[in-house]
Amino acid sequence: MAKNEIKYLTAIKQEKPKKKFCRFKKYGIKYVDYKDIEFLKKFINEQGKLLPRRLSGNSLKYQRKVQDAVKKARQMALLPYVTDLLK
Amino acid sequence: MIHYLRRPKSVLADSFSRTESGRMSSGKKPFHNQKIQVMNNYELMVIFTPVLSEEDFKASQKKYSDMITETGGSIIASHPWGLKSLAYPIQKKTTGIYWVLEFTGPSELNEKLKIQMLRDEQVMRHMFTRLDKYAVEYNHVKRNGGFAMQDKQEA
Repeated sequence: MAKNEIKYLTAIKQEKPKKKFCRFKKYGIKYVDYKDIEFLKKFINEQGKLLPRRLSGNSLKYQRKVQDAVKKARQMALLPYVTDLLK
Repeated sequence: MIHYLRRPKSVLADSFSRTESGRMSSGKKPFHNQKIQVMNNYELMVIFTPVLSEEDFKASQKKYSDMITETGGSIIASHPWGLKSLAYPIQKKTTGIYWVLEFTGPSELNEKLKIQMLRDEQVMRHMFTRLDKYAVEYNHVKRNGGFAMQDKQEA
């Protein structure tokens, strides 16, 4: 009866994961401002660490700019180097 | 082995010199012979000590902006942010007075300013940023009160 039915040990993912995109390319942002802390907070986690490209979806070009901006903001004490519960 | 190593190097050097001479003859003069002062766009951010009074803050702002104008630079915009809490203590202080200055000037200017900043005890920290063309555009739009639309879209 159910000879052709294949059973999996783990359920297969039915829905496709959302495709990530580079928000700089999508919205046409050319310059990452180190003074805009609220914007930079989108790219760091709760401990104040930079999120990897694999999570943020940035293209390499803009990830580098985000990196520089965050590091500058840290130097000028706009963002902390280490914390807990930043957000 | 040595022979093998040498041959490709000489070939490389040959081709390199050829392209160099090609560039020279194409009409562009070598840069170091020209005595043109290159003006760049910079942004300076300074954190003053929080104990500074209002007049002292204004006086030191004037001091540094005068120094820029005297050495051939010009000031585009000045934003005194005022007292702000720091993300981490600097020199055992938890607050600082921020000042952001946009200016154009020759590249030697920054060194002179830097020496003055380091000597100044009122300055806790400073940073120069070179602005590229996108940054200049961004600052210009921001000054004229743009971005309100964009922020809404992103939120």
